[in-house]
Parts: sequence; C-alpha cells; structure tokens
Amino acid sequence: MSNEMNKLRVPTVAEMIANNERPDILFWVGCSGSFDDRAKKISKAIVKILNYCNIKFAILGAEESCTGDPAKRAGNEFAFMMQAIQNIELLKGYEIQKIVTGCPHCFNTLKNEYPELGADFEVVHHTQLINQLIREGRLLLKGGGKFNGKKITFHDPCYLGRANDVYEAPREVLEKLDAELVEMKRSKSKGLCCGAGGAQMFKDAEKGNKEINIERTEDAIEVNADYIATGCPFCNTMMTDGIKHFEKEDKVKVLDIAELISNAAEL
Amino acid sequence: MISQLLFIVLLVVGFGFFSFNISKIRKNISLGKPLDRSDNKAQRIKTTLLVALGQKKMFQRIVPALLHLFIYVAFLFTSTELIEIIADGISGSHRFFLNKLGWIYVLLISTIEVLSVLAFISTLYFLARRNLLQVPRFKMSEMTGWPKLDGNIILYLEIVLLVCVFTMNGADEALFLQGKSHVAGSGSFGFLISSFTAPYFFNYFDVETLMILERVGWWGHILVVFGFLNYLPYSKHFHIIMAFPNTYFSNLNNKGAFNNLSSVKEEVLKMFDPNFDPYATPKEGEASVPDRFGAKDVQDLTWKSLMDAYTCTECGRCTSACPASQTGKLLSPRKIIMDTRDRLEEVGANKRKNGPDFKDKKSLLGDYITEEEIWACTSCNACVQECPVSIDPLSIIIDLRRYLVMEESKVPSELAGMLTNIENNGAPWQFAQADRNNWVDE
Repeated sequence: MSNEMNKLRVPTVAEMIANNERPDILFWVGCSGSFDDRAKKISKAIVKILNYCNIKFAILGAEESCTGDPAKRAGNEFAFMMQAIQNIELLKGYEIQKIVTGCPHCFNTLKNEYPELGADFEVVHHTQLINQLIREGRLLLKGGGKFNGKKITFHDPCYLGRANDVYEAPREVLEKLDAELVEMKRSKSKGLCCGAGGAQMFKDAEKGNKEINIERTEDAIEVNADYIATGCPFCNTMMTDGIKHFEKEDKVKVLDIAELISNAAEL
Repeated sequence: MISQLLFIVLLVVGFGFFSFNISKIRKNISLGKPLDRSDNKAQRIKTTLLVALGQKKMFQRIVPALLHLFIYVAFLFTSTELIEIIADGISGSHRFFLNKLGWIYVLLISTIEVLSVLAFISTLYFLARRNLLQVPRFKMSEMTGWPKLDGNIILYLEIVLLVCVFTMNGADEALFLQGKSHVAGSGSFGFLISSFTAPYFFNYFDVETLMILERVGWWGHILVVFGFLNYLPYSKHFHIIMAFPNTYFSNLNNKGAFNNLSSVKEEVLKMFDPNFDPYATPKEGEASVPDRFGAKDVQDLTWKSLMDAYTCTECGRCTSACPASQTGKLLSPRKIIMDTRDRLEEVGANKRKNGPDFKDKKSLLGDYITEEEIWACTSCNACVQECPVSIDPLSIIIDLRRYLVMEESKVPSELAGMLTNIENNGAPWQFAQADRNNWVDE
C-alpha cells in the first residue's frame, strides 16, 4: 500500500462542521491516548479500524480536555466539575449524539457522571464498538493472523468490568482471533485491579509489601499467556511494567484489543 | 401461674429493651446526610429477595455459603417455633399447636430438628474457622479484641440455643414415651431427631429429672432467644436484621458512577455565569453552601453509609478482595466500615448524654481512619462487588478524600501536580492542550 493510503484520516469536529458535515460518532481520545507514547499507538489502532469501516467520525482535537475522572477520584470535585461543565457545553454545542472512548475511565465518567449534569449522548467503549462492527459484518477478520493459536488472556479493567458490567464485548472480540482465550484465576467481576485506578496512576503507591501490578502480572504469567489483552491505557502501562519487572518482554506482549484486531485484520 | 407471669415480664422487657436500642440506632443513622433512595421500588424488592433473603452473593464462596445457609435456614424455622413458645408461655399450655396442626406439626418440628443438627455442625466448624484454622481475613489487626470476642459469643450462644432445643425435645419425648409428658397420652411424638435421641440419651433419667431437663431446655431456649435479640444491637450480628433494609436501599446505578456534589455544581455554574453577582443576598430557598465539602466525621456521610456501618458482620470478604490490602497496604475496607460504626456509636452516645449540639474533639478522619488508608484505594470496586449485604466502603473513602482535598488541601504531592495540570492545561500531565492531536501525524 502506498504511504498515502496508510495515512490516517482523523478529522476534527470543527473541520467537519466547516465542510458542512457532522460526525456520526465522536472519538474521545483521552489524555493517555493523546499524550502517552504507548497509548498513542492504541489511538491509531482505533482510528485504523474506524477508517477501514468507513465510520464517519471525528475527534475534538485541541478542544478536547480531561473528563475530570482523576480529579474526581482524587477527591477534587471542583476540578472535576469545571472540566465536566465545560466539556458538556462543548459537546452540546456540537450536537454530539454518540461517543466512543479509548479509555474505560473516560467511558465511565462520560456515561455515568455527565448525564446528571446535562449531557445527553450515548457512550460506548471501543471494545463494544469493535464488537458491534464485527457482528454487523463491517469488520471482517480472516482468522487471527499472527495470533492464530496463541494464548491470549484478557485483563478486565475495573472501570469497564465491575464499574459498568461490560465483560462479554471484549471477550467476544478476542474469540474472533482464533486464539486460545484463557482466563486468569481472577477474572470478570473477580478481576484484580492493575493498581492504577482512583488516581493511583499519578502517584506512588502507599507503603506495602508488593506493587499491585506485580501481583496482577503474576496472574497473567501463571496462565502462560503469549499476549495480555487490555482495554485501558492505564492497565496497559501497569501490565507492561509488570512484564518488564519479570523480564518477560520477549515472551509476553501486552496489547490493547484495538491493536490485536487492527493487526489481525492487517489494517 | 408464676411462670406465666415471669414469662410475660420477660417478653415485655425483652422486646421493650430491644425497641429502645433500635430507636437509638435509627436516630444515629438519621444523623447522616440526605440521599434519595426512594426510586425503583420493584427493582429494590427484587434485589432484596435475591441478595438478602436469597443470599445470592454468599455463594461466591461455596463452603462458607452452605454452612452459613444451614444456620440461616435453621434460624428462620426456629423463629416459627417461637410462636408456639410464646403461646405456651402466656397461656400455660404445652405444645399449643400439636393437636391443632397434627402431622404438619410433626413435619415442622422434624424440619427444625434436622436443620438444628446441620446448624450445630456448621457452628462448630465456624468456631474452628475463627479460632483454629488460619483464615487470613479473621487474623487481621482489626479482628482482635472485641470483634474477635463478639464473633465467638454469637457462636457460643448458638451452641447453647441448639443444645436447649435438643434437651427440650429429647426430654419431652422420653417423658411422652412413659406417658408422663404434659401432652395427654403416651407414645412417640415422631420428631425425626428426638425420637432417635430420647431412647439413647434421656432414658437414663427418672421422670422428675426429665421434667426439669425439659423445663431447663424450654426456658433456656427462650432466654437465649431474648438474650440474643438484645445482644444484636451491640454486635456485628445485627446484620441478620440490617441486611434487608441495607440491600433494599443499595445503589442500583453502575458501580462506577460516583455521585456529583450539587453544591459544587452550583458554585462552578456561578463562576461561569457572567451575570452572577457574588455580593447579592441569596434568594429565598436557594441552597446555601454546605458546612463542609466531603466528610470529616460520620455526620458528613450519607445515612446510607451509616446504615452500611450497622450492617457489616465483619466477614472481611471486602478486605480479602482489596488489591491494596492484598499487597500489604494499610487499607482494609472492613476496617473503614467498622471505624464508621464505632465512631457513630460514640457520637450518638455523646449526643444523648450532652445534648444534640455537643461536639467532642474527635473525628472519623484522623482519630479512626488515617490519610494513608484512604489514599491507598484504587477505587476498583472489588470491596463493593464482594459484600454479601450491599455495603459500599468506597463511597466513604471518596467522601473522606473530598474533605481532605477540598477543605484542607491535603493531597499527596504528586496528585497536587496532577490536579494543577488538569486545571491549567486540561490533562493530568503537563502537556499543552493545543498539542492534543499531534499524535495523528507522529
């Protein structure tokens, strides 16, 4: 494929409106997806899938701002409220009807905490959207590509699983990879946190005898997974660090579901 | 006649003192901040039937769930037997329902007896679990002293109660076999367990001793029941009552949804309103700023959090599922709940003693719960997920954080940086908002 074909098409809402168009869906990239080098790759994988399926989407670009999730979990309701009210104003102004997020924390806040403050849009997590696209036949996978027959284990993000009871969509997607899907001893509603939630991502842990991500990575190593599938940029960081801690980078890869799918579909 | 009078006095005192303590607890719970849980009645009833009556969440761990179920069902059935004990106690009759119910009576008492045997075995196992087996969640620092004793007292009382039931029925059966029971005629009652135990254990006693044993069993039974009832308000065992309202009023929303503070919303909206006059006198009925953002003490928590505190039976499933606790951090969600109850009891007692406006120098945050504990939480909801009686330790932790951050500006330094970044550049890291879509072309 030529370089031109490979180029991502990522319009902003403002650009679309300038062309008298409206996005069907807004891709809420999130702070990690925008600024974290590892998470940027996940954003790109999501965009590749959206481009391939010809979804009319847009991002907010420089108009996007933190949802306020880490501020709220850290107890600063003022900082959260400032973010929420400004974001809602912006989204309402653009008449956004549907949002897909690349991060369960953004997903949770937009979906559960914004409506009471005046928001009125549908919010899905990217694993839910990918699952829907596969089901509708818009995203065709010819087997699992390089993941064929490999062992994959899914680490449930707390803010997708327990917080919002989304357990099946990511697993349904992974089943399409013709890989061996193995569950860790703690999964779904019993899944162990990676250690990053509740604003822990931005601080050192309190004194203890172990890091939480090490405890969780042990679960994944125990099932001999070749790939740890994640659906959250924070979990991705924590699990990647855990694998590095055990010096297993060559054996175990940590990939977001969007990356697994865009890779298998050779996008 | 004297025993009837004694019984009536016991009944009045037993229920009277219980109601007195219940009203104290009601008052304590109502010290909490308002929270509307009056919606979705049908869904709430369904949840109560499943989670409280049906013990759905207990079955996440099958062995303790089954043993707990035996004790629970035995308790429910034995409670029906109380109706007869009360009828006999007041009227002076003996086995009031025997002739009225016939074979149904035999079936009922037999069921109670079989369940009592199962409950007896379960209770012995629970005693062993608590005291001999090394179950980590019963060995933690918050489970020493009174909480440990409390757990054991309940189990000992159950043993005494069950022994009384078996003594009462066994002795009565032995008497009836000799035609000496207070029930006319002779033969076997046909109760499944006592018709088996009477010939083995009770035939060696003479009639007089059997009479005494039967009475000791009967009075022992009712005394333990009333003792138990009045012990409940002081004990973790109060969950047998509180599980029902607590589950009914539990959060039905997605667990990830934290409540929005409307007071903060109003403040922020005013900031964005160019027509807002900060010096204007507030309009009538306009919500004023609360005394305090977040929670420093128990009165700052919602009434549901306070109800949670009275519902906890200290099983520790929350703590054993907590990622922070598992990795040796100071946080234990169970301790958060136990501290809340202890502090609430203290505040309630102070108010009763020194008047409703009395304030001591202590508070939940600081004197009971440390900052280190609440900052160790990852808000993963594992504790909320695990609780068999719908307790939500996370909302207490977040309310305490809110107080620390918004009232005292006490926040771990890295988080202070994160918060400043969000306020300045709309991201938890120090990147310019204008660079948000640079990733597209990188």
